[in-house]
Amino acid sequence: MRAKSILVSLLATTLICSGAFAADLSIASGDTGNGREFLRKQLDRFEKETGNKVKIVAMPANSSDQFGQYRLWLAAGNTDIDVYRTDVIWAPQLADQFLDLTEAMKDVVDQHFPSMIQSQTVDGKLVAMPMYTDAPAFYYRKDLLEKYKKPVPKTWDEMAATAKEIQEGERKAGNRAMYGYVFQGNAYEGLTCNALEWIKSSGGGQIIESDGTISINNPEAVTAVDRAKGWIDTIAPKGVLAYTEEESRGVWQTGNAVFMRNWPYAYALGNGPDSAIKGKFDVTTLPSSKEGQSSAATLGGWNLAISKYTKSPEEAIKLVRFLSAPEQQKERAIEIANLPTLKALYDDKDIAAAQPVITNWKPVFETSVPRPSAPTKVKYNEVSSMFWSAVHDTLSGNGTAADNLELLEAKLTELQGGSW
Amino acid sequence: MTASPTVRSELLRQRSRSARLFLLPMILALAIVAGWPLLRTIYFSFTDASLTNIDAAKWVGFKNYLSWIQLKSGRTIYSGLLVDPAWWNAVWNTVRFSVISVSVEAIFGMIIALVLNAEFKGRGIVRAAILIPWAIPTIVSARMWGWMLNDQFGILNDLFMRVGLIDHPIAWTASSDTAMIAVLIVDVWKTTPFMALLILAGLQMIPGDIYEAARIDGVHPVKQFFRITLPLVKPALMVAIIFRLLDAMRIFDLIYVLTPNSAQTKTMSVLARENLIDFDKFAYGSAQSTLLFLIIALMTMLAIWIGRVKLDGGER
Repeated sequence: MRAKSILVSLLATTLICSGAFAADLSIASGDTGNGREFLRKQLDRFEKETGNKVKIVAMPANSSDQFGQYRLWLAAGNTDIDVYRTDVIWAPQLADQFLDLTEAMKDVVDQHFPSMIQSQTVDGKLVAMPMYTDAPAFYYRKDLLEKYKKPVPKTWDEMAATAKEIQEGERKAGNRAMYGYVFQGNAYEGLTCNALEWIKSSGGGQIIESDGTISINNPEAVTAVDRAKGWIDTIAPKGVLAYTEEESRGVWQTGNAVFMRNWPYAYALGNGPDSAIKGKFDVTTLPSSKEGQSSAATLGGWNLAISKYTKSPEEAIKLVRFLSAPEQQKERAIEIANLPTLKALYDDKDIAAAQPVITNWKPVFETSVPRPSAPTKVKYNEVSSMFWSAVHDTLSGNGTAADNLELLEAKLTELQGGSW
Repeated sequence: MTASPTVRSELLRQRSRSARLFLLPMILALAIVAGWPLLRTIYFSFTDASLTNIDAAKWVGFKNYLSWIQLKSGRTIYSGLLVDPAWWNAVWNTVRFSVISVSVEAIFGMIIALVLNAEFKGRGIVRAAILIPWAIPTIVSARMWGWMLNDQFGILNDLFMRVGLIDHPIAWTASSDTAMIAVLIVDVWKTTPFMALLILAGLQMIPGDIYEAARIDGVHPVKQFFRITLPLVKPALMVAIIFRLLDAMRIFDLIYVLTPNSAQTKTMSVLARENLIDFDKFAYGSAQSTLLFLIIALMTMLAIWIGRVKLDGGER
């Protein structure tokens, strides 16, 4: 508490002393699709409004690579980066290195979904401000479902059956590159998200429950992973085991997949002028194991944190406030289909007109499931790596789901030690 | 030859003094950029350091390398790096990668060097062109190959399908059977030119009259190669192989870009980085780095020892 008040007074003094000066800020951000150009556009506006200069430090699109770089920079006390765009799961791991934004943001936090503020709060400290949120959707080809007179699948088995039928039909019709379903199967964080959804939507828990119990080794989870194993090389290309978001979007957007699991950003791009499937697809919630079982969507999302080593905290706070403000979130929603973290925007008429899909996302949040980053704290990356390795091994045929998940449970227990 | 011993020793002393002076900047630079980080890494491997708070590291002895607890039943449970299967898997991957890649590169390098050693028009241009893969930064070539090996958009699959070598696209980097092969293909493509260049230098040292004499005696070209070329180029070849072997043992960038999380290709350096940065196990990663250093140091000593025997002795 003392440290906090010192920090606040320090902030206040610097605010008074240097308030009139413009600063050169840097924001580290790894974007997919056309996110970077869009961010630049918003930053140009910020520069005009405040007189500050903001440089984008481009990060690799792969979030694991971003995290590694962030951790190195922060451990070294790097003063060159002021604002970091952080993944929703990083707050507990990097909390010590970021400024507490509780004071600076107290007038605006209430506008956001409480769960999103909650996910960025570690031991009472607001580590980062939500910028946009992410929940994956199930993309389907309207035209193909109509052509084969199939309903939008509700369960995973229904999805697999429909995918197989359409894939075979389309291949006979001449498109040899046609596949039924693409998702993110590379051994990385994305596979953790995908597999968590398969398991959660089959009633198999969420790997590690919020109280810290390791729940992964159960029959429902085994069935869920085995089911996914059955998709490889039948309805999904074998290469899906190396796909991240962009590779699956590549297959999907060239018109070579019936279904895809991906984040909302693929929606705007899929309707872009150079897309082969413009206007031919729609999205819904992901399937579940059976009728009545609720579907699951891994909660993603990106936030803005300020390095505690920044030389101009007050200007950095201005930047974070700007980028998380309603106007910017609204523009982000309309132009690149990023989901706002502000409740009010889900009733916004302009957004509903431009991206009707976003207003439909409210129910997705109700089925959203967090990754176990909060209970596992600094060990989350290792937990996630063990989990995705076990799933990736199963999908590529190294051991059965039952064996691999049992082994995973043992490894997680060992990693847990006395406590997380 | 007639100089008195005192003058000669004075001269020697002077020369060694100036030699030491000239070496000083390099030794200083090495101490700063290599020695200090190395000592720090070794130090951290005996602590419980984490990247979040590196200054709070406490000394824990050999716990990161090996520790054990005695159960009540009398059973002893070992833990630590020396009994970590992931580590030994990485060591095995590294060794396998090094041996296979260097062998293939030596053979291809030899063939290319023999071709380049022949007189033909435009030899200079061909020699320069063959070095291009070596000149491209590994990160760039790894990314490039990553796309070429992609199962849907990759040119390699397209090529093989058109020729009829395969009937369905192969997911080179994804499948556990082909991940190592993919890495090997890229590494061979990249470093064969280096091998070829070093061997070529060796080939050009061989005097032409030996071949002339062999030709007059009617020795078959294949026999010429095994009886004349190979023995005479062996010193250069050995240097090239040793250089490449040491280089291959610390392979990182290629695998990090191409197949970072595949257990089939994870090498010592990749695993050490993962622990150091991703897993918040800075001390454990330091222990892995230290062991990696020891293994490479041992290999280097071995290489120098073998190299001396072979290079100075000439015969075996």
